[in-house]
Amino acid sequence: MLMTTSDEILATAAAGGDRDAFASLLARHYDRINGLAWRLTGSRADAQDLAQDICANLPAKLRNWRGEARFSTWLYRVVVNAVHDQRRRNATRQRAGQGWGDWEIARQDEMAADRAAQDWLAQAMTRLPPELRDTVALVLGEDMTQAEAGLVLGLSEGTIAWRMSEVKKRLRSMAEQEGAR
Amino acid sequence: MTDELDALRAALRRAEPAPDARARDAAIALAMKNFDAEQRAVQGLPAAARPNSDRPSGAGIWNRMGIMLKGLTTQQALAGTASIAAICVAVVLTGQQGWKTGTVDLPPPVIATPPESTIEIMPEADVPTIAESTAPDGRTDLQGQAVPLPQVVMPEPMAPMADSAMESTAPLAAPRTRQERSVMPAPEMEGTGANTLGKSAGADALGGMSAAESAMPMGARDLQIQQEPDTEAFANEAPNPVKVTAEEPVSTFSIDVDTASYSVVRNSLNMGQLPPPDAVRVEEMVNYFPYAYPAPAAEDGPFRPSVTVMPTPWNPATRLVHIGIQGAMPAMADRPALNLVFLIDTSGSMDEPAKLPLLKQSLSLMLGQLRPQDQVAIVAYAGSAGVVLEPTGAQDVSRISAALNNLAAGGSTAGAEGLELAYQVAASMTGEGEVSRVLLATDGDFNVGVSDPDGLEAYVAKKRDTGIYLSVLGFGRGNLDDAVMQSLAQNGNGQAAYIDTLNEARKVLVDQLTGALFPIADDVKIQVEWNPATVAEYRLIGYETRALRREDFNNDQIDAGEIGAGVSVTAIYEVTAPGSDGLLNDPLRYGAAGDTVATDSDELGFLRLRYKEPGGDTSILKETAIGQDTGPASDDARFAVAIAGFGQLLTGAVYLGDWGWDDAITAALAARGEDAFGYRIEAVNLMRMAQSLSAN
Repeated sequence: MLMTTSDEILATAAAGGDRDAFASLLARHYDRINGLAWRLTGSRADAQDLAQDICANLPAKLRNWRGEARFSTWLYRVVVNAVHDQRRRNATRQRAGQGWGDWEIARQDEMAADRAAQDWLAQAMTRLPPELRDTVALVLGEDMTQAEAGLVLGLSEGTIAWRMSEVKKRLRSMAEQEGAR
Repeated sequence: MTDELDALRAALRRAEPAPDARARDAAIALAMKNFDAEQRAVQGLPAAARPNSDRPSGAGIWNRMGIMLKGLTTQQALAGTASIAAICVAVVLTGQQGWKTGTVDLPPPVIATPPESTIEIMPEADVPTIAESTAPDGRTDLQGQAVPLPQVVMPEPMAPMADSAMESTAPLAAPRTRQERSVMPAPEMEGTGANTLGKSAGADALGGMSAAESAMPMGARDLQIQQEPDTEAFANEAPNPVKVTAEEPVSTFSIDVDTASYSVVRNSLNMGQLPPPDAVRVEEMVNYFPYAYPAPAAEDGPFRPSVTVMPTPWNPATRLVHIGIQGAMPAMADRPALNLVFLIDTSGSMDEPAKLPLLKQSLSLMLGQLRPQDQVAIVAYAGSAGVVLEPTGAQDVSRISAALNNLAAGGSTAGAEGLELAYQVAASMTGEGEVSRVLLATDGDFNVGVSDPDGLEAYVAKKRDTGIYLSVLGFGRGNLDDAVMQSLAQNGNGQAAYIDTLNEARKVLVDQLTGALFPIADDVKIQVEWNPATVAEYRLIGYETRALRREDFNNDQIDAGEIGAGVSVTAIYEVTAPGSDGLLNDPLRYGAAGDTVATDSDELGFLRLRYKEPGGDTSILKETAIGQDTGPASDDARFAVAIAGFGQLLTGAVYLGDWGWDDAITAALAARGEDAFGYRIEAVNLMRMAQSLSAN
C-alpha cells in the first residue's frame, strides 16, 4: 500500500514521525542517492560514504521538508549539497579533484572492453570544472530537464542551458585534441 | 542533443557501479536508527552512553569530527554538558557501526527494520544518569589509551540551528550536519558484543543486531565498561562431543598454530568482559604458550611428538592424553632469505590507537629482526589498493620506516584487490630457495569489494600453491572479523595472530618471529586410532574448527596446518577406560560392537602424523604408539591442561564437573615453571579476572 503512495506524501508522513513511511522512502531512494553521489564524485567509495552520511542525516533533514518541491528535487538538492560540503573539505586538505582521478586508478581490473569507454568518461569528467560536472551529473546522469536541474542547483534554467552548451564545447575540443594526436 | 553529450550520457550510465547491497543496508539501518533517535529527541529525551575510548581525528567522517573538535579549548569544552559530549562520541561510533556492519544481501525493497518497540523499551529514567556517570571521567582503558573527555564536547549554543529547507552551501552547512548527528541518542552503545554471541560468520548480523540492540535496556549492563557497538564475527563450532571408541575409533584433525583466540580472550577480559564463547578456541589458547617439549633429534625429521598420559584434573574417572609436538629449530644463521609483503589495511576503521598506530610500531619492531638479504614491500588497501613501498632491502630501515609512518587511515576496505596486489608483489620478489610471505594486517574488515568471502578464500587457497604463505595479524576490536581472518590464514598456509598490545606484537613478531615466518612442515595432520580394549570413550579438547574426515588424513590434496621453526603444538584428549564409572554412554542393548573387541594390546591408541616438507607435494607419515605409562607429566603438559581447563570454563563446557576457577588457577600456578616472559602468570591473572567477572 505504501509503495503506491507518492514520495511527497511519504515524506510528509515521515517528517511527522511515521516510521514505515520513512523506511519506504529510504528503500525507494537509496540507489538514487548513491547513483547521483557517484556521478558527482566519480568514486564508488566516496559515493557510499556520502550516501550513508546523507541517509544518516535524512531524519533531521526531513524536519525541513515543507512539501514545496517534488521530493526527488528536494533530495537531489540534499545530495548535491552534501557533495559540495565534501568537496570543500577536500579542498582544505588539498585533495581537490581527486575523486574522478581516484576512480581512474581503482578501475584497473575492469573488463578490458569497458576500459576505453570508461577511460574516456573519467578523463572527460576530470577535465570539466566541478560546476559543469554537477550539471552533467544531473542533466545527463539523472535525465533531468534543465529546469529541474536548475531547481536542484538553485540556478536559473538559462544558466543550466549555458552550462550544457559549455560542456558540449569542451567535449568537442577534447575530441579534437585527441583526433589531432 | 549532440553526439558528445549523448556519448557522455551513455558512458555515465554504463559506468555506474551497482550499489553495494551491504553498504545500502548499513546506510538504511543507520538512517532508521537516527530516525528513531530523532523522534526521541523531538520528544525531549536526550540520551547517550559513553564508550570507553575515543578516536583520534583521521580521514573521512572522522576527520570532520576532528576538525570540528580542534577549534575548541578545554574551557569551552568543559562549558558544554557531559551528555552532549557523550552524544557526539556515541554518534561517531554508531556511524562506524553502520558502515561496517556485515550483512547478507537483502532484496532491494526490503528494509531491515528494527522492531518498533524501541522507544518503549528505553527506560527513560536511566538515560541521563548514564551520560553523567560515565562521561566525565577521563578514564584510561586497559590498553593504555587515555580517554580525554574535553575533546569531544560540543558547545551547546550550536544546537538550535536555522531550519531553512533550502540549505545553502555556506560554511555553516558542515557543522550543521554534525549537529544533526549529535542529537541522536545512542542506546546501541551498550555492549553489543554480547549480541554477536552464537552468531556464525555470515549470519544476518544487521537484522539480528538491530533487533537485539534496541531491545537492550540501557543501564542494565555493566556501566563501567562500555564497548563500541561491534560487528565482530568469530569462527567456532560446538565443543567436540564424547565419542564412543567402538563406534568411531579414529579421530583426525589438522594442527592449529594460531594464537589469535587467546589474545582476543585476554583483550576481552582486560576490558572487563567475559569473551564471547565463540571467540574461545581452546586449542589456540593452549598453543599460545611456548612449551619446551623434547626437541627432535636429527633423525626425527622436522618435529617430534611426545605423548603424556596423566590423570584428568577435573575428572578422577578419566585420563588425559597430552600430545606435544615440538618443531625443530633449524640453524637460523643460514636461514633462507625472506620476502615479506606487508599488506596493510588503511581503511577508516583502522584509525584507532590500537589499530594502525600499533600496527606501525609492531612492524617497526620486527624490522630489527630482518637481515640485509631479506626484502620488504608494503601494499596498502583502502578505497584503492596500491604499492606503498616497492620491494626494498631490509637494511634500508629508514626507507621502510618512513613508508610505514606515512600510512594514514581513510577510505573503505577493498581487501580482495589489495590481496591480489600483495600476491603479485610477493611473486615478483620470490627467488630460488627464498621464503615469501604476505603479512596481512587488518581489523579483519573486508567489507567493500568482496561480494563473496568464499571466493576470497578460494583465491587464497589457489595462491597457496604458488608457495607464498599468508599470515594474518588482527588489530583492534569492534569489527574484528575473526572468522575471515581464520579462514584466510588457514587457507593461505599461515598463522592468525591477534595483536592488542605492543607486548603481544613483540611476542609474535620478535620473540617468535622465526616460528611465525619459517615453516618447517606443511599440512600437518594428526590421526589417533583409539584401542577399544583400553579406551571406551574419548573426547578431543578443542580443534573443533580443525576437524578432518578420516579419509582426509591420507589425501595429500587436503590442506592442513603448518608448523613453524621451533614452534610447539599441543593436542589433548580426555579418555575413559572400559568399565570406568566415568563413562557417559551406556553400552548398546542390541549392537554388540563393544563386546567383540579382541586385542591383546594394552596400548591406548596409535598416533599417526602426516606432514609435507615445506613446499613439498607428497606427505610423510610418522607413527607412534600411545602406551599406558608415559612417565610423569612435565610442567609444560600440566600447564597446557590448566589452560585447556581455562578455555573450557570460558565456553561453559559441560565436562568439568565441579572443577572451577580456583582449581584452574591452582593448577596453572603449580605448573608455571620458569615462565621467563611472564606469559603464564599473565594467564593466571586472566583466570582471576574471569573468575571475578563470572561471579557477577
